[in-house]
Amino acid sequence: MAYAPDHSSERPAILDKVNPAELPRAKLILNDRGFHWITDKVCGIVEEPTPLWWKVLFTVALFVASFTGVGLFYLVSTGTGVWGLRAPIGWGWAIVNFVFWVGIGHAGTLISAILCLLRQKWRTSINRAAEAMTIFAVMCAGIFPLFHVGRVWFAWWLFPIPNQNAIWPQFRSPLEWDVFAVSTYFTVSSLFWYMGMVPDFGTIRDRATTWWRKAFYSVLAMGWRGGNRQWSNMEMAYLLLAGLSTPLVLSVHTIVSFDFAVSNVPGWHTTIFPPYFVAGAIFSGFAMVLTLMLPLRAIYRLHDVINQYHIDNMCKIILATGTMVGYAYATEFFIAAYSGNVYEKFAFVNRAFGQYAWAYWIMVSCNVITPQLFWFKKIRENHSLVWIICLFVNVGMWFERFVITVTSLANDYLPSSWGYYSPTIVDIFTFFGTFGFFSVLFLLFVRFFPLLPMAELKMVSPHSDIHKH
Amino acid sequence: MNERNESIHGVACTFRKPADVYHAAEKVRDAGWKYWDVHSAYPIHGLDKAMGLPRSKIPRLTLLGGVTGFIAGCLLTWYMNSFDYPLIVGGKPLWSPIFPFPIMYECTILFAAFGTFFGQFILNRLPQHHHPLFDLPQFARTSDDSFMIVLEARDSQFHLDDSRNFLLSLGGQEITVIRD
Repeated sequence: MAYAPDHSSERPAILDKVNPAELPRAKLILNDRGFHWITDKVCGIVEEPTPLWWKVLFTVALFVASFTGVGLFYLVSTGTGVWGLRAPIGWGWAIVNFVFWVGIGHAGTLISAILCLLRQKWRTSINRAAEAMTIFAVMCAGIFPLFHVGRVWFAWWLFPIPNQNAIWPQFRSPLEWDVFAVSTYFTVSSLFWYMGMVPDFGTIRDRATTWWRKAFYSVLAMGWRGGNRQWSNMEMAYLLLAGLSTPLVLSVHTIVSFDFAVSNVPGWHTTIFPPYFVAGAIFSGFAMVLTLMLPLRAIYRLHDVINQYHIDNMCKIILATGTMVGYAYATEFFIAAYSGNVYEKFAFVNRAFGQYAWAYWIMVSCNVITPQLFWFKKIRENHSLVWIICLFVNVGMWFERFVITVTSLANDYLPSSWGYYSPTIVDIFTFFGTFGFFSVLFLLFVRFFPLLPMAELKMVSPHSDIHKH
Repeated sequence: MNERNESIHGVACTFRKPADVYHAAEKVRDAGWKYWDVHSAYPIHGLDKAMGLPRSKIPRLTLLGGVTGFIAGCLLTWYMNSFDYPLIVGGKPLWSPIFPFPIMYECTILFAAFGTFFGQFILNRLPQHHHPLFDLPQFARTSDDSFMIVLEARDSQFHLDDSRNFLLSLGGQEITVIRD
């Protein structure tokens, strides 16, 4: 009978001499900043007198937002015909802008939920602002389908509310799935965002010196006392909401992609859409997070809490998801060629070389080529360059949605029903204004809410280690 | 046995370092206190165990919400598309668990999130804007960089002088009586 050899005596002697290498973790908070510094830094943003740059930017943002107001007023008083939508292109900028803004929101949930489950502690410096970005981006996104329905005063028919015609929403339609996905996404993101802020509102309340500030933040803090019995429930609730948001965020862009994939239009009817849309959403969202956080970091001197390690990580996620998006573009071409379907083949050749080739190549250069620059450490350390690359990514991802939506509709089965889509000035006004609307909300957030999660930053600070300090 | 003074809420004592409050909490737990708490600006890692707290009950409310949401999603789609106003679209069945699955999925998440969010506020007894602790000048610092142990008067072990001395023996710094 054979027995397994006893290795205990044969253990190589060298193993006793091996010293494990010291692999220090990257520091999340530089210069050994303590708890009080964090409180002062974050509360200081809310407590200081309104800075001039804020007033200027806020005025500009309000002015830009008024363009959406004007565009929508004209649309509602005249009709959706004022947008550039004509047969055969029934989904123009409205759906492009909707998908663009929803996609931007996804990085916020990725940072707050998925990175929380993966115990990526670096998320704590950016998660609050990223979640705010999510909520405001979803608000901007919601404008477009809401007004695209034409008679916006009937938009409540989208929800399962009894109406005078006694008809109900049609649940076989992916557009109705979208209503549920996006409204659930908005609700859950808002709850998650607010719940995380409650302890920080408590901190601002406890430091408040003027009665109106005390009153305002007392209401928001709900009487939070920071007892460990409360923290225990709060941490559990936070973890569970992170766990719920993760399948939610993946489902939202999956369902958005179903709007396209469930149809029979060449170029849309593909199974790759859900993962490809989710990767694209995270890609564009991280670019937007960097676009917003790099200037804020410089203005408020947050270099100790948002350091090169955070920026590196975000650049690397942009690089990874950008590469996935590039791979998805290639896969789409391969599958079209391999499918043997003439319409599918034509749709893709037409994208790259047809009447919208200019848009296609803008998309490829911005989304596939630019993020590859993030392979280089020198570039990741040059923050102006990072910011510019992120702008390119934002532009590229808008064009991706444009290419997908418009090329497939403009040239589908019958050449006799082909067309060429261009937006009208009303389309341009409405979309341009959403950047103002977004900025108005984001500036209000920066001014009145805790920009960084103080409690979570203190939790990852080395000072919180009960075994060392 | 206790000379209970109804106007006293408890005694509080502050600590400067998380390690100090952590070890003090272990001693309060071992002394068998029931009504007491540790206040801090952030959740201290491992303090639940040091205080002997049971696991939070929020997951039950999350599950309750999720199950409610799933059933609500099923009933909603069945009632609207198959029972109240049956309409054949694309030759598909009037109701099946497949086509409205995204609705059921989203309703599950939505209601589970409601269960978690409102459950957290209910279990934490919030909003509660009036509390004796808010009158304590040192309390404001606990949401910044200070830590505080509060022993409540409703605990059967509470005795003003003994509890004060007990907190002193734990290494606390400022010991104050909290009045209602």
